[in-house]
This record gives sequence, structure tokens and C-alpha cells, in this order.
Amino acid sequence: MKHRPFFWFILPTLSAMILFIALPIISVFVQSLYIEHEQVIVVSESCGPFGCNPTTSIDLEATAALREDAPLGRFNGLATYTNRSHLAFIELGEAWRTTESLGEFWDQIMNLPFYRALIFTLTYTAAVTPMVILLGLAIAVGVNNLPKFLKGPSIFVSLLPFLVTPLVGSLILYWMVDSDGVIGATLQIIFDDPSLSLKASTTLTWVMLIIYGIWHMLPFSFITFYAGLQTVPEDTMEAAMIDGASKWQRMRHVIVPHLAPLMSFVTLMMLMDNFRVFEPIVSFSAEAHATSLSWIIFNDLRESGNPLYGSAGATSLLTVIGVILLLTPVLIRTWRDFNRKVH
Amino acid sequence: MATKAQNRVTPLTIISLALVAVWLIVAAFPFFWTLWGSFKVQADFFSKANWMNAFYGVNTIAETGSAFTGAGYHGAWIQEEFWKNVINTSIVVFFTVVISLTFGTLGGYALARSGFRYAFWILMAALVFRAMPHITLVSGYMLPFFKWNIWGHLPTTIIVLVAINQPFTLWMLHSFFLNIPKDMDESAMVDGCTRFQAFRHVIIPVMWPGVVTTGLFSFLLAYNDFAVTSMLLSSENETMVPAIASFLGTTQVEGNVMFAVAAVVSATAPLFVLILFFQRQIVSGLTAGAVKG
Repeated sequence: MKHRPFFWFILPTLSAMILFIALPIISVFVQSLYIEHEQVIVVSESCGPFGCNPTTSIDLEATAALREDAPLGRFNGLATYTNRSHLAFIELGEAWRTTESLGEFWDQIMNLPFYRALIFTLTYTAAVTPMVILLGLAIAVGVNNLPKFLKGPSIFVSLLPFLVTPLVGSLILYWMVDSDGVIGATLQIIFDDPSLSLKASTTLTWVMLIIYGIWHMLPFSFITFYAGLQTVPEDTMEAAMIDGASKWQRMRHVIVPHLAPLMSFVTLMMLMDNFRVFEPIVSFSAEAHATSLSWIIFNDLRESGNPLYGSAGATSLLTVIGVILLLTPVLIRTWRDFNRKVH
Repeated sequence: MATKAQNRVTPLTIISLALVAVWLIVAAFPFFWTLWGSFKVQADFFSKANWMNAFYGVNTIAETGSAFTGAGYHGAWIQEEFWKNVINTSIVVFFTVVISLTFGTLGGYALARSGFRYAFWILMAALVFRAMPHITLVSGYMLPFFKWNIWGHLPTTIIVLVAINQPFTLWMLHSFFLNIPKDMDESAMVDGCTRFQAFRHVIIPVMWPGVVTTGLFSFLLAYNDFAVTSMLLSSENETMVPAIASFLGTTQVEGNVMFAVAAVVSATAPLFVLILFFQRQIVSGLTAGAVKG
């Protein structure tokens, strides 16, 4: 296609992406350099019978006017990035010097909001992604062996957890495992421990969030692998069988290599989607035990009355950098493939 | 070709079938449980004493005189005016899908037919944009939107959702248009059509399967979104998902958690119907990018 018609065809979508995806990233960067105004303090002398005392009060009007004037706030440079709520270099160094054991140091890190969220986000991504791929493959093979009339209904049922609104899906699970819910209450009876509750334990909260993640994402890998299984070459399977390969060996040496490209695709999608984990934390009201990067941005923005745009901006930008780091291997490979195709 | 060797029952087969059975129960049971429980009272659905209460509705019979009650639905739809949120969601979803598909078909077609290097870069940028957590973008919108006084309105949210939808739509339609032979539109251009006429008269008539599939996913993105709608809509323009989230804050405290349960079931029902009718297209869409590599 020539340049001119290409330009007109691509214009609407490109301008939408530039205006609402590229520019906001720049806007996020700019606002991360600023910090909220301090309240305007007025010092006045109040004189009573025992002499004059200076009193301080907040000039609400002036504060509001200042906010109106410069909604971005005061210029703060990169200080927001290094403060306690974000990269916290000073606190990290301090913790490293003062703590004796690694465990203690770890506890200190888990008290820093950014690292706490980052660690949960990475744990979640690292736990959900491989589990989803393994279980998805196993279930795809299983469904492929089902009689024909059961395949359609199985796929229908499997699609539900994946397509349901994440907030709604996680609520449905939460209501079941909550201490009053069917699973939660039953577990309490089985273990005879009335204090056994999701809300009370960090470990249980993390495990439950990860189980939700697997439940929600598994259908995607299952269906992708199931579609891949339909294209396994019949001849290779037969040849392997004639050579005496057992079911397991055929699985290991024919099916898995055939699905390998699909696995890298599924891994890519999983990484992107799991890294942004957000809704289950809202549904589970899990913020006391687990926060994710997306959740702390949301929390900064929602800070009622006085949203912390600078802080949210800094976290957002750090998250974007994280996403790009996560994607670099994929981008490099695609770039190589493209060059190979062109030359 | 089904031989004896293929059909022999091994322990492996049994394990794999058991796994499938467990998965199907795990996938479906929460939905049936919540649907069933939404017609009970709170004391039954969240029964500390005995989970069978939710099944038989002991307290529901005691409180209302019948084993099923629509009180949760009445409370959510009428008392909390959930119907307003439903209307807002319909508006947002409809326009998001239509505009996304219009922009996406034009762009995807252009990318599929251009061999220049910049087309590749646009696709790569779209891939990176696709990976951005939505909430990071939202934090960039808030200040400008407040400044221009467009925060809180439905059209603002629609155009933001369209933009967030574009990377995915572009990729999907791009790979779909690659499958339509180049010869079709190029022979039309040899016959004297302009590029746009070729698109209008040759491509549009054959593109609908791909557009329907992509549309389903645009629908899901707009329908399921929480990050954008919860931050960019004022409370009177709220759509269903943020409304459910705010139910949790307000009604749960008042002991009306069944309102939220009823709202959750109401929000899931359309998705259920969607899967029922479009299962084939959804599956083909999920695998479209993947199977070709």
C-alpha cells in the first residue's frame, strides 16, 4: 500500500492510540515530577490577657486557590521516585545496615509499600503462569480424549471463568471461601478451628489470590492448546506409535514439541495479564495482606479528597518500565523474525 | 483411525479424565452456587451453621415463607437503582464496540497490506501498549480531564476504552486481513478502483466473520473493565462493574450483601448468553493469533 492511503487508513486508530496511550504516559511522567502543595499556614498573633501568643492556622482559601492555580503541585524532581513509598533507597540502605539476618531485612522490605506490591505482583505472576500452562495442557489433552458429544459442553463450561468480569469472578470465589461462605465455613468445621479465616492470614490470602488467578486464566491456555492439538500431524503420531512409543512418550516427544510455539504465545499473554493483577485484591479486600502495583496506583488516585497524582505517576512509570523489561526478550525475537522475513 | 492401542485404558487416561472432571466442577460450581444462593436470604447464603441451609433455604422459608426470594434482586435493581448502571453499561459497551471496530478495520487493513518498515513499528508499539496495565494510563488521564472539565462523562470513558482497545483490535484484524488474499483488492484496483473503493466494495463484504470475532472481544473488554470505569465516571454515570464494587462498600455495611450477590448474577447473565451463542467465534478468536504462530 502506498504511503498516502496508508496514512488515511491508519489515522483514526493511530491518533486514538497516541492521544490516549502515548500522551498519557508522558503526562504520567510529568506529573510524577511534581508533588502536592503543602497547606498554606498562616501565623497570627492572638493577644489575650496574659500576653500575645503566635497561633498557626490553615488558610483553606489560599490552599484551595493555590491548588486551583497550579493543579500539578510543586516541582519535586525525581524525589518522589526515591522516597519511602517508592524505591526507598535511604530506607533500604538503613535496613541493610541495621538488620542482622536476612529474614529481618526481608521483614523491613515488606514494610515498604512499593516493594511489598512488587514482590506480590512478581510472586503472583511467577506462580500463576507455569501452573496455568501445565494444567491447561493436561486438561486440553484430557478433553481431546473425551467422546465428541462432551467436547462442546466442556469448552462452554471452561469459558465461563475466563470471560466473566474479573471483579465479579473474584467476588464469586471470595463469597465461597470467606469465613461465612460454603467452603470457608466447612473448612473451619473440618479443622475445628473457628479462627481459620482468609482475612486473618497473609499466606492464605496469597494462596487464595493465586488460586483465583489460575482459575481465571486456565481456560485461555486450555483452549489455545486444545486448538493446537487438533493440528498435531497424524503421520508423526502413527510413526511414533509404530516405533513403540507409549502414550507418555508420544506426549513428551511429539505433542509437546508441536505445541512449543503456542507455549511461548501463551506465556507472553499470561505475563502481560498477570502482571496487571488488580481486581481480585479489590474483591477480596486483601490490601492488608497483599497489594499489587496496579492496586497501589489505584489507591493513590482514590485517596479521597486529595489524590496523590505525583505518587501515582511515579508508581505508574516504574510499572511501565517493569512491563517493558518483561517484554524485552519477546520484542527482540519478533524484531529478528521480521528482519529474517524482510531480507 | 481408532485402534486398540489408542483406546486402551491406562492409568494415565484415568488421571487425565479425572483432572478434566475436577476442572469442570471447579469451573462451573461457583456460578451455579451463586445463582442458586442469590434467591436466598443472607443467613442462608452465608450460613455459618450448616452449608446445607443455602441448599434448602431454611432461613429463607422462615423469613419469607417460601424457599426462593427475589428480595436481593428487588433491592439491587429498584432500591439501589442498578437498572441505571445497566443502561450506562449498554451505552458504553455499544459505542465502544462500534467505534473500536471502525477504527480497527481501517487500521488493521492498512497494516496487513503495507510492507513498509513503519507498519512493523506500529504493530510493535501496539504490542507494548497492549501490555500497559490500564490503571497506569488512567493516572495520566485524571489531571487533564479535570482541567478540560470532561471528567465523569460517558463519552470520555467511551473514547478512552476505544483507545485502550485499539492495540488488541489492530493485531487481531491485521492477522485476519492477512488471510484475505491480496489479489482480491489488488485486481479491483487494476480495474480502476481507488484503494478506498477496493476496500469498500471488495473487502467489506468478506470481512464480517473476522469483525464479529474481534467485536466479541472488544465487547468483553468494555464490559469487564473496572480500572477505567471506576476512576473516570462520576457516581451518577457509573456502569455495572464499579457499581458492584461500591455496593460492597455501602450495602455490605448495612447487611444488604445479597444486593451485591443479585447484582453479580445480573452482570454475569449476559456473558453466559454471549458464550452460549458465540462459543465457536470466541474459541476461534482466542486461538487466531496463536495457532498460526
